[in-house]
Amino acid sequence: MSFLKKLMVTAAFSAAMFVNAAYAENVKIALVVKSLGNGFFDAANKGAEEAAKELGDVDIIYTGPTKATAEAQIEVVNSLIAQKVNAIAISANDADALVPVLKKAMERGITVISWDSGVAKEGRQLHLNPSDTGLIGETIIKLAADYLPEGGDVAILSASSTATNQNAWIEAAKKVLPEKFPKIKLVATVYGDDDSAKSTDEAKGLLKSYPNLKAIIAPTTVGVVAAAQVVTDENLIGKVNVTGLALPSEFKKFIDNGASQAVALWNPIDLGYSAVYLAHDLAVKKEEAKPGATLSIGRVGKVTLDDTNSAAMAPPFKFDKSNIEKFSKIY
Amino acid sequence: MTDVPAPRHIPDRLDKPFSSAIFSWEALLVVVAIAIFAINSFASPYFLDPYSLSDLTFNFTEKGLIAFAMALLIISGEIDLSVAAIIALASTMMGMAVQAGADTPVLVLIGIVVGLGCGAFNGLLVTRLGLPSIVVTIGTMSLFRGIAFIILGDQAYKGYPESFAFFGQGYVWWVVSFELVLFLIAAIIYWFVLHRTSFGRRVFAIGNNPVAAQFSGVRVGRIKFILFCLTGLMSGIASALITSRLGSTRPSIAQGYELEVITMVVLGGVSILGGAGSIVGVVLAALIMGLVTFGLGLLNVPGIVMSIFIGLLLIIVIALPIIWRRLRGGRLA
Repeated sequence: MSFLKKLMVTAAFSAAMFVNAAYAENVKIALVVKSLGNGFFDAANKGAEEAAKELGDVDIIYTGPTKATAEAQIEVVNSLIAQKVNAIAISANDADALVPVLKKAMERGITVISWDSGVAKEGRQLHLNPSDTGLIGETIIKLAADYLPEGGDVAILSASSTATNQNAWIEAAKKVLPEKFPKIKLVATVYGDDDSAKSTDEAKGLLKSYPNLKAIIAPTTVGVVAAAQVVTDENLIGKVNVTGLALPSEFKKFIDNGASQAVALWNPIDLGYSAVYLAHDLAVKKEEAKPGATLSIGRVGKVTLDDTNSAAMAPPFKFDKSNIEKFSKIY
Repeated sequence: MTDVPAPRHIPDRLDKPFSSAIFSWEALLVVVAIAIFAINSFASPYFLDPYSLSDLTFNFTEKGLIAFAMALLIISGEIDLSVAAIIALASTMMGMAVQAGADTPVLVLIGIVVGLGCGAFNGLLVTRLGLPSIVVTIGTMSLFRGIAFIILGDQAYKGYPESFAFFGQGYVWWVVSFELVLFLIAAIIYWFVLHRTSFGRRVFAIGNNPVAAQFSGVRVGRIKFILFCLTGLMSGIASALITSRLGSTRPSIAQGYELEVITMVVLGGVSILGGAGSIVGVVLAALIMGLVTFGLGLLNVPGIVMSIFIGLLLIIVIALPIIWRRLRGGRLA
């Protein structure tokens, strides 16, 4: 090896080490969401930033694809792996398709957790559920049933037919229907793909196909706004109650105008906050994610992992005329 | 807008030898690719890393494989919008085979055969019934993906065998992935077929003037049919790769890939009106798209901004030759 070559190699190495040193000061935690431009995830990012401030040594990379597809999310994860982030906290578009790329991330020493919409067990170290699937399923039906003492027909307007969490909630909702809400009849489940235009069309279709419909349940923040707008536009306020999971700030006007009596949601700020805390617990404090382990999530409290390394944060929270004003200002 | 150039189908392109034009076109793409590579290297300290560069190739290899066949199809004056739907259907069939206990070689074979079958179906509708390919493939786009949705609904097929993972996740040597090797081999084969065989000459002839080609003894229908089969075949191969990379099948797999494939082809200098184009251009375009998306990804640029970049790149690329021609035409007149 000539002197020049040696010199060049040394220079390259020291440059590489300098770069590493310069970028290794803070812990980089990537908050990967299903798609950008969604109020729910923007709120989660607020919580993530809050957690980062509390923890002190954390930088948050808030990112996600424009199209809510698994393929686009894989490209995002690949670029995060290349950036050598310390931890990835992901809300997945597909429980299975993300597994190989997240495995690769873990092989390269990156802490991987999922939150909100989970990844199959082998693709992450732990999963943080915003709430408990059974509880959410029951809550969305209860939100409709509370205002239907006589019972009646209801329909569900969901996100895409492949959305992991929506499908689980609907499954849970169907399970509690016969025992706890015998008078409520679920007549249809349609899919608006979390797209405003498609959700609007599907909601219109429901009203046309089921003239006796008493409530539309949309367990998605996009679908619930579309459905409430359709009910408002078609002068069905008072006849059809729209409910489901909604962001208070987006949905306030429909509580105000009566298109909806009440909606629910967990606190996305708390969710982003807790996800960052958990990622930090594993990546920095080197806590082990194993069944039965109890991990701290800062001001939100503690979570205990079940035998699939999943944890539930908190039950969904109901918004109605009494408190929507206050929460619409928060998120 | 009175000085719009005369419709393409009247004159042949004898006045504009594409050897020189295409040569400079590819040179331009090389310059663009080098420029983006350099910008990426400066913009992110993580770009010049063998693993990063290897991960980068996954952004374009699958779409690029389809783009080769699509390039030939578009040069011949046809188009196939159903490629992504073919991926979904082929992947679903592979998933069904897995449930029935099929092993890796059978799975790949099924993917390829389903792709070929779908391509042949498109080809028959276009060449036998004389339907416009854009209409046919918009129809089959819904048909093929529709079948996948009927079979799978909101379910997913998983449990692909370990050995199957090699196709989309395996490496031939160090960081050189199997997908990249396949992409390069396909590039050489398609380059040879298009630029060095009489079949390739016929494809250009058909694209420039199908009637003249027919009267010159070129079996236009048969060649177009073969091109549709090839596009289906490449989609089937891409399906095996993507399914292997994802390790699972959902009916929404590869949604929107058709437009990215066509973007690659057009960016590569293939005339959307048919009759001109080169494989080298398509390879470069695939590389450029991979560099742009990965580079912007490293900077955590939101996807929508990425789409704006790709859109601008495409518009510039389509507009450039037209502006060039106008400027030249103006000077001559």
